[in-house]
Amino acid sequence: MNNLLSIITFLPLVAAVILALFLRGDDEAAARNAKYLALAATVATFLFSLLVITGFDPADTGFQFVEEGEWIMGLKYKMGVDGISVLFVMLTTFMMPLTIWASWGVTSRVKEYMIAFLLLETLMLGVFMALDLVLFYLFFEAGLIPMFLIIGIWGGKDRIYASFKFFLYTFLGSVLMLVAMIYMFIDAGTTDIPTLMAHKFGSEDFSLLGIQIVGGAQTLLFLAFFASFAVKMPMWPVHTWLPDAHVQAPTAGSVVLAAILLKMGGYGFLRFSLPMFPIGADVMACFVLWLSAIAIVYTSLVALVQEDMKKLIAYSSVAHMGYVTAGIFSLNQQGLDGAIFQMISHGFISGALFLCVGVIYDRMHTREISAYGGLVNRMPTYALIFMFFTMANVGLPGTSGFVGEFLTLVGMFKANTWVALVATSGVIFSAAYALYLYRRVVFGDLIKESLKSITEMNGREKAIFAPLIFMTLLLGVYPSLVTDIIGPSVEALLTNFHAAIPADAAEMAQTASH
Amino acid sequence: MSSVDFQTVLPELILAIYAMVALLAAVYTGKDALAKPITWITGAVMVIVALMVAGGDGNTAAFNGMFLDDAYARFAKVAILLSAAAVLVMGEATMARRGLLRFEYPILVTLGTVGMMMMVSAGDLMSLYMGLELQSLSLYVVASLNRDSVKSTEAGLKYFVLGALSSGLLLYGSSLVYGYAGTTVFSGIIEAANHGQVGLGLLIGLVFVTAGLAFKVSAVPFHMWTPDVYEGAPTPVTAFFATAPKLAAMGLFARVMFDAFGQAVGDWQQIIALLAVLSMFLGAFAAIGQTNIKRLMAYSSIAHMGFALLGLAAGSEYGIQAMLLYMAVYLTMNIGTFAFIMSMERDGRPVTDIAALNQFAVNDKLKGLAMLILLFSLAGVPPMLGFFAKYGVLIAAVQSGLTWLAVAGVIASVIGAFYYLRIVYFMYFGEEGDGVELNMSPAAWAALMGSAAIILLGVVNFFGIEGAAAAAAEALVK
Repeated sequence: MNNLLSIITFLPLVAAVILALFLRGDDEAAARNAKYLALAATVATFLFSLLVITGFDPADTGFQFVEEGEWIMGLKYKMGVDGISVLFVMLTTFMMPLTIWASWGVTSRVKEYMIAFLLLETLMLGVFMALDLVLFYLFFEAGLIPMFLIIGIWGGKDRIYASFKFFLYTFLGSVLMLVAMIYMFIDAGTTDIPTLMAHKFGSEDFSLLGIQIVGGAQTLLFLAFFASFAVKMPMWPVHTWLPDAHVQAPTAGSVVLAAILLKMGGYGFLRFSLPMFPIGADVMACFVLWLSAIAIVYTSLVALVQEDMKKLIAYSSVAHMGYVTAGIFSLNQQGLDGAIFQMISHGFISGALFLCVGVIYDRMHTREISAYGGLVNRMPTYALIFMFFTMANVGLPGTSGFVGEFLTLVGMFKANTWVALVATSGVIFSAAYALYLYRRVVFGDLIKESLKSITEMNGREKAIFAPLIFMTLLLGVYPSLVTDIIGPSVEALLTNFHAAIPADAAEMAQTASH
Repeated sequence: MSSVDFQTVLPELILAIYAMVALLAAVYTGKDALAKPITWITGAVMVIVALMVAGGDGNTAAFNGMFLDDAYARFAKVAILLSAAAVLVMGEATMARRGLLRFEYPILVTLGTVGMMMMVSAGDLMSLYMGLELQSLSLYVVASLNRDSVKSTEAGLKYFVLGALSSGLLLYGSSLVYGYAGTTVFSGIIEAANHGQVGLGLLIGLVFVTAGLAFKVSAVPFHMWTPDVYEGAPTPVTAFFATAPKLAAMGLFARVMFDAFGQAVGDWQQIIALLAVLSMFLGAFAAIGQTNIKRLMAYSSIAHMGFALLGLAAGSEYGIQAMLLYMAVYLTMNIGTFAFIMSMERDGRPVTDIAALNQFAVNDKLKGLAMLILLFSLAGVPPMLGFFAKYGVLIAAVQSGLTWLAVAGVIASVIGAFYYLRIVYFMYFGEEGDGVELNMSPAAWAALMGSAAIILLGVVNFFGIEGAAAAAAEALVK
């Protein structure tokens, strides 16, 4: 099948269109049909995506399963995956059925809800597969529409403020990227991503408005893309939209946001910033490293004082994304491997944590930490699952969280010891806020009257966590599963990167001649 | 004058003669009783003439260069005719409900359309002025079609006074141009301005002509009439103002700049760049505080004209192509949006308050969705065509070294996104309120759904109008 990637991408869209056109009525039967159709479509998408991962050849560092077609305005419809993107595709197709299944309790506007999520899946998959600049931008931006509606319609009390903040923040970041993309198109004469990776953008220093710009056009292009990806990651100090969006979004929305949407920023750095603007990235690397280190420490401390569970986990996400950016801008094999690993692992762990919050939110309709306490007495299984993911979030060896943090820290240490020192303190802080949260919610005596009748997780809820626990453990004890796939592509990326930087290239030549 | 000349203006002749015949028929027989059939027949005639224009080819200059027929004029004419026909037909039921369906309405629109066709074909300052005034005078009258409403008559008067002022500026500029170039024919002016050496007198003339034209496209700082006229005129008439005349004015603008002052691109480029950036920002900021959806759309159209001017400011062939595509997409979006707005009613009375849309999409999912698509497209969010329109003009700007203008444009578009989102917010997340019902005729329904579908499905292949726009741009920028 040489349309495999298109089939995977557009299958959820087809299901969404079918739902929109053919499902009539607002009664319970219609709602149930909508849920089942959405679940079936996402599961089918996952099964198709298994064909991609089994047919994928890690040793080949180029793009595989490539499709190409003519499109409008001189653009091309081009899709493909390489070692860097294939796992993000898998993460997306893996998480979506769980997300849909976790939304079984939705009662208002079920059909629209399912349509929004199916649409979102198509757009997210498109982001990871697109090999044309504008096609990428299209998927990247269009994802804002369903997410805006998901937060705005099914969100909590302050959903309107959160949805506007989410949309405008990310929109502002991306339009600057659009101008940079246009500049790239005019400079290189193409929007084809593989070609652009080989294109050398100008790096002569020049002065703009009296400011000397080191790295020239590459630095400016890097900054324009940075504006978009840093907001999407999100990095400190442009992270403030995330806690609001998370708190107000429905559980499934939070899961998608944390598990997949945040990864687009990191993916963007790996797909565009490093390969296309190596000199610009080199100039800015130190700056980004320090931003990441600040993010890790600062947001961990902020997480410590949160009174809303979702907000706490949201800040913890920002901290964990700090490891990712720091890993990426360490610019060495361990850092990059670790960053990708951390993104995949964080997808499972943070998704699961938001699901954990969702489980008790569905029962009590509050996310205030102070409203809980002593849940272990009534919900032992829940306590166990929540503990597992709390530990994974802290980075306990044996879970996937450890591997990601460790690799990125090694990468950071090789790149900049001071940054590594600051970042490592984040490990302690993360243990502090995570365990503190766990103690307040789960342990202690069950004294609150309202909690006396809280019920244990049902079979569906338990079943949703099973695959997540499995993946977290599997990647924790057998990390080569991931690193074998990403390794060669990362290596190729780094070789090209260092070859493009004059100082590094000279050094490489010297070692070769010895 | 030869038969070839008359053949060249045949589409305009047919339309003008049709308008006269319809006028006589209405006056001598049923008067307003005939308004409905005349509206529909006018729509049909316009579509037929559009097909006729689309079938033409070649590059002819009739009446000693006063009237040009080229791919550029044909592209603009087809868009003008089709959008005018769509607006007439979709507004017919609404006009009838408001008791405003007088027989003059379709006839005046027809005459205005003839004027617009004249404008985009003008090859001489005289024919330019003739077309412009024919269009403007028709529009002044339709603006105050609701004779018993103070707002409507005020709108007409305001439009007339400011329109007359802009015509004055244009005429004064034309006289200067004539004085210094010794001719009014564009092909003569371009020779007088030989090889980039534009005399001071000609330059001042150029500035006045530009100011006059900027009035017509409602570019900042010549935009003041727009919100008041949009608000005061009956909504179907507003829909007409927002579509065909905008394209005609923009088409004329590009025609004058390239055909008459094509040697002095550097001189007018900076003026237009300034107009563009001011329009984009004022349109974005001023719309934020609006509660009346018609005024909001007025500022929205100012912002959109700013983007279209971005394509013109590029001063390149690609820029013109991008500008034409932008205008085509803009027309499509506005037809759909106004089909929606003109149908907003409560207890049979028109409603223009945005807050009335509270919870609209909950009660009427399909129309809510269509409006959602149009609004996101107006904001320039992919995958809707509104994004590709913006993408095109941004490319043109960056290609011509106007990167700062492109950056300003995208920032303005983020600010502008806010007020489109606000409408979505009312429709989808708003509180329960008085609500509004959509009283849509089948034609208005078709216009709303059709334009939403075009905007969404155009992402596949742009319906092939790219090639036509490219040919049009090539014809203009020789």
